[in-house]
Amino acid sequence: MSDAALPRAATSRAPVGEALAGLMLTLPAGIAYLVLLLLPTLAAVTLAFTDYELGMPALNWIGLDNFREMLSDRGFAIALRNTVIYVGTVTPLSIGLGLGAALLIEAGTRGRAFFRAVFFLPVVSLTVAMAAAWQYLLHPTIGPLNALLRQVGVTDPPFWLSSSDTVLLSLAAIGVWESLGYNMVLFLAGLSAIPRELYAAAEVDGARSAFDRFRLVTWPLLGPTTLFVVTITLIRSVRVFDTVAVLTQGGPNKASEVLLYTMYREGFTYLRLGYSAAITLVFLAIVLALVWLQTKAMDRKIHYG
Amino acid sequence: MAGIAIDGVVRRFGQVTALKGVSLDVAAGEFVALVGPSGCGKTTLMRIVAGIETLDSGAIHIGGREVTRRRPAERDVAMVFQSYALYPHLTARQNIAVPLAMRRLSGWQRMPLLGRFLPGTRQRQRAIAEDVERAGTALGLGALLDRRPGQLSGGQRQRVALARAIVRQPAAFLMDEPLSNLDAALRVHTRREIVDIHRRAGAATLYVTHDQAEALTMANRVAVMQAGEILQVASPEAIYADPQDLRVATFIGSPRINTLPAEADAAGIVQVAGQQQRLRARPGPLTLALRPEDLSLASGGLPAVAEAVEFLGESVLLHARHEASAEPLVLRLPPEAARPRPGEAVHLAYHPARALLFGADGRRLAATPMEALALV
Repeated sequence: MSDAALPRAATSRAPVGEALAGLMLTLPAGIAYLVLLLLPTLAAVTLAFTDYELGMPALNWIGLDNFREMLSDRGFAIALRNTVIYVGTVTPLSIGLGLGAALLIEAGTRGRAFFRAVFFLPVVSLTVAMAAAWQYLLHPTIGPLNALLRQVGVTDPPFWLSSSDTVLLSLAAIGVWESLGYNMVLFLAGLSAIPRELYAAAEVDGARSAFDRFRLVTWPLLGPTTLFVVTITLIRSVRVFDTVAVLTQGGPNKASEVLLYTMYREGFTYLRLGYSAAITLVFLAIVLALVWLQTKAMDRKIHYG
Repeated sequence: MAGIAIDGVVRRFGQVTALKGVSLDVAAGEFVALVGPSGCGKTTLMRIVAGIETLDSGAIHIGGREVTRRRPAERDVAMVFQSYALYPHLTARQNIAVPLAMRRLSGWQRMPLLGRFLPGTRQRQRAIAEDVERAGTALGLGALLDRRPGQLSGGQRQRVALARAIVRQPAAFLMDEPLSNLDAALRVHTRREIVDIHRRAGAATLYVTHDQAEALTMANRVAVMQAGEILQVASPEAIYADPQDLRVATFIGSPRINTLPAEADAAGIVQVAGQQQRLRARPGPLTLALRPEDLSLASGGLPAVAEAVEFLGESVLLHARHEASAEPLVLRLPPEAARPRPGEAVHLAYHPARALLFGADGRRLAATPMEALALV
């Protein structure tokens, strides 16, 4: 951090005019940050400590009551648990499969652009629109998936989105499908940054199997990419909302209730903006914790300076 | 014969034939430099020997075993890469240990945590650590062993790469321009070190470089390569004094050898721009080549006009233009010699025994020096 001290010392000696010019130049970005990010966040934080409902004339300060209610709210507990299960399924699967797809595409000689496009398609397509296709695919009676299952001899295939046993699993599968391509593209970028020479050196050094070379070169050199992918995927899957809103509305029987959907319902269906803001704060805390963990890990290990 | 035997190696890249049937032997304990301009195929040839590049036809023997279709790991070679190719996440010590760990430990024993509890791991790891320490000490790495490549200077990385190569006793060393990323002073120093390492290790060494000074100073034999062919393999002295091909003569030596278009008349007497030389050769067009140090200023000889003088300390280079030559001729003169002014007419003389003659196809021609008296 010693090199950070240098520019600061330089600015303190700079003439006032220059400092003013600097301020003026950062002003547009500063205003945008204030209006678009800081103020709304502060508003949400303030609302979280009130019982404000849309249309009420004044704010009513209630302290930590919203959070106390959350602790005893069965719906919230289910939403939190479902979110954790969803994140815990989608993150490892979409990262593992994304890495696998990236390695296969990287190693392949033909059709690389084709496979890259196929896996990346879900990322650029509109989830809400694709959800309709999923609804058809997973339909208990007319869906092709169950038709296929019946073909191979499964007598009563699951109801997927309409059964509380399988709904979370089905949503997670859609989630994996959604973020696999994104992770794959990030891994492909990471792979292409690994010097070819290192693989040659690994071969000469006696790394006979592909797994040896993966462990000696690919995995460690992908470290920074993997860390980034893990964080991004965690945050993306904590934010799961649109598939739930379109396909299940949290049902059946709250089996697919997730954090952001609960927040949305409290805020925009029941118009309880105070309680909704409190849930938002919990969500924000989770995301911030993830980011903090990432920076910790980044400092500790992955930096090869 | 142990060492490296390269036999008729052909490699094509699409329409381009990068290697046109190259053969080269490196005896056990020998140091052979493969020198040539960039793009001549020398690095491709080395990568084929290492097994990290495929060949279209030909055969490779290392340590007396045919390895043409073997994986690099099964070839018993160590390679130093131009970029060093150190693993950035491992310390110098761990980098040097990789070739040993890969060969002496099983896949399970190399597993983190788990491997430590398998039988035999501990003893083998201790032996590896000792060997690494020895290789590191041999290259003066001592205190640097626990740093990562990113924390080392270019010269230090170079040493780690060398240590990683010598830590195992391979049948052959392959070095791909290992000095090209070092500054001039360090390069001269490391040159000696590599020769020392070679002498101690005694393995066959194939050393690729584009720098003729490295090739001439380090190698037992020099192979000059151009456009996918090896033109000549000989001792550094023979490569310099007795080149068999005009391309070898012009590639080796700095400043470049002087060339003059010439012709041997029906009587076999060599003529340059109508002037008889004291040389005889087979009648026909040819090229007369003369090293800068073999030319001197005299009252008679090749007429030329002085163009420029360069003072180099231990000698002076005189550039003089001869009517038959596209490029000015370069003479190396002792620093105390009288220096002609630019524009002054001079005469350049040489001893006919020092002249090199090359035919129209670039091959060396026999030249017979004539007695001075025979000159009309």
